[in-house]
Amino acid sequence: METAQSVSGVEMAVGLSPFQMGLARIRRNRGAIIAFWIVVFYVFVAAFAPVLVKLLNIDPYALDREAINDFGLPAGPLGGISWDHPFGVEPGTGRDILGRLMYGARISLLVGTIGTILTTTVGVTLGIVAGLRRGFVDSLISRLGDVTLAFPSLLLIIALANPMTQRLESLGIPAGNTARITYILTVLTFFGWVYMARLVRGQVLSLREREFVEAARSFGAGTGHLVFKQLLPNLWPQIIVFVSLSLPGYVALEATLSFLGVGLLAPAASWGIMLGDSVRYYRADPTYLFIPGLTLMALVLAFNLLGDGLRDAFDPRSDRQQL
Amino acid sequence: MIYFVLRRSIFAVVLLLIVSAFTFWIFSALPSDPAALTCGKNCRPEVIEANRERLGYDKPLVEQYGAYMKGIFTGRTYGEEGSSIHCPAPSLGYSYDRHECVTSLIASTLPVTASIALGAFVLWMGIGVGLGTLAALKRGKWQDRVATAFSVIGVSLPTFFLGLIFIMVFVIWTGLLPFPRYTGITDNPVEWFMALLLPWFVLAIISAATYVRMTRNGILEVMNEEFVRLGIAKGLPRRRLIVRYVLRAALVPIVTIAGLDFAFLLGGALVTESIFNLPGLGKLTLAAVVNSDLPILVATTMVAAVFIVVANTVVDILYGYLDPRVRVK
Repeated sequence: METAQSVSGVEMAVGLSPFQMGLARIRRNRGAIIAFWIVVFYVFVAAFAPVLVKLLNIDPYALDREAINDFGLPAGPLGGISWDHPFGVEPGTGRDILGRLMYGARISLLVGTIGTILTTTVGVTLGIVAGLRRGFVDSLISRLGDVTLAFPSLLLIIALANPMTQRLESLGIPAGNTARITYILTVLTFFGWVYMARLVRGQVLSLREREFVEAARSFGAGTGHLVFKQLLPNLWPQIIVFVSLSLPGYVALEATLSFLGVGLLAPAASWGIMLGDSVRYYRADPTYLFIPGLTLMALVLAFNLLGDGLRDAFDPRSDRQQL
Repeated sequence: MIYFVLRRSIFAVVLLLIVSAFTFWIFSALPSDPAALTCGKNCRPEVIEANRERLGYDKPLVEQYGAYMKGIFTGRTYGEEGSSIHCPAPSLGYSYDRHECVTSLIASTLPVTASIALGAFVLWMGIGVGLGTLAALKRGKWQDRVATAFSVIGVSLPTFFLGLIFIMVFVIWTGLLPFPRYTGITDNPVEWFMALLLPWFVLAIISAATYVRMTRNGILEVMNEEFVRLGIAKGLPRRRLIVRYVLRAALVPIVTIAGLDFAFLLGGALVTESIFNLPGLGKLTLAAVVNSDLPILVATTMVAAVFIVVANTVVDILYGYLDPRVRVK
């Protein structure tokens, strides 16, 4: 059934690479395009947070005693929403929520992007090595993957957070949140590479038997040429889809860890920290729960919609990966 | 088939040995001094030394691991007679922080996590498979769009946010439910049920999101198979065709993945337990993180790993039973 589809697709777009065909398909997907612009908006805000905060006069670290009442709660309705503080203020300190959210976007996107780049690089490399070398190397990498997946990853990430961060600090990584982010990225890579590697390995195993690879080999192409000129161009669609579906997972994971108190530490403006903090106030100040929560959810949702769109465009047949 | 089961089981045991050794090593090697964590900040050095000897932290790591593994089968006694502490088999260590054997701590928290996991599992399979089937049968209609929207939103909701929203809406604003306070099912089944209702739904909605999609895609794929066309051709009633043939074929891979997810949840629903203040394995782990209680962390990690590996093995064997092609690989 799928052959009929792809055949008609090829006829429609003669001379287009799979990549260009995918791009053409996703342009027609309205939901994915909206999601794309939402992501662009978050990236823009994160990139220019220091400037935006100055322009709007909402310093995320400045305490505003005027904005909170004698009980430490935001003065005024809806969590103290006003012209000075468009999204209200934090209970207890009176710090501006919008300013803190902008800085929080930097943390979320930083962890999400670098985490994805690291896991993807390691996963793709190991997957290609396993698929190309086969034999002993392949078994070694595959068994390593089995062992990695046998660990209760979230539990171990949480349990190791404190001792591991201390270890990193004793190794000379700046104490505090630099060490914490380093830890999160390290464990993400440690547990996250397997899915990518399995996907790529399977692809390489089937690609290496195809005629064009054989042809390149018969001309005496080296491993470098095979990997970069023959295999990788055919792997890009799957890699892109995988990347766009793991990004939201990592953004949510950073928030979850910070929420549980094992991610970043105050006074960093992580969304997870804000949400964890809001638990103490949610009876009196529900706005403080909903605004950061919806901010986080909108980004994760946009990433997921974009990922779905990319998958439909580049990889129409595959089911959603279990992440 | 027997050979296949045997091979898979041996692999599982090897896997567990590696996981346990790694867990043991990383928790003992990481902190600069595990013995110092056994008593508070203003601890006298003599006490630390005494505890070090008593818990065996003075011995080489390999020996410690051997003693630990042996303790699982024979029980373990810490210290000399007189002031000794005995943890009967299966001993998973002794928590100095809580002055209790880790095994009994796990035994008292596991039923809570099992209650959470079991209820959530039933709900999420019901919602996921039900909505997924509906979406597949009404492909392209509004039911399909609602189900797809549900699954995208569900996947994007962080567990803790949905949990907090639920507390906000059902406990604080409308007062429909009391704030969950866990009671054992044998003590008071009604209170047990009321306390778990919110956690069940939170976990179920988030997990069901993936299952809606998997069920929908699975059914649509099976619908294209020849045997379904044969069923239509020979005039099988639609209901019978769907339930007896399509669902059965589409659900096999879904049930196996569900088994793995369930096992993962059994290892501790960390976020849910923390939000709803349920005294399960996850809560035990989180408390141990705060108190740097290494024996508990080692034990909960290992218990969770056992669940994962056992579920993996059972699923593999079941798959081999259902699909002979898997066995030969």
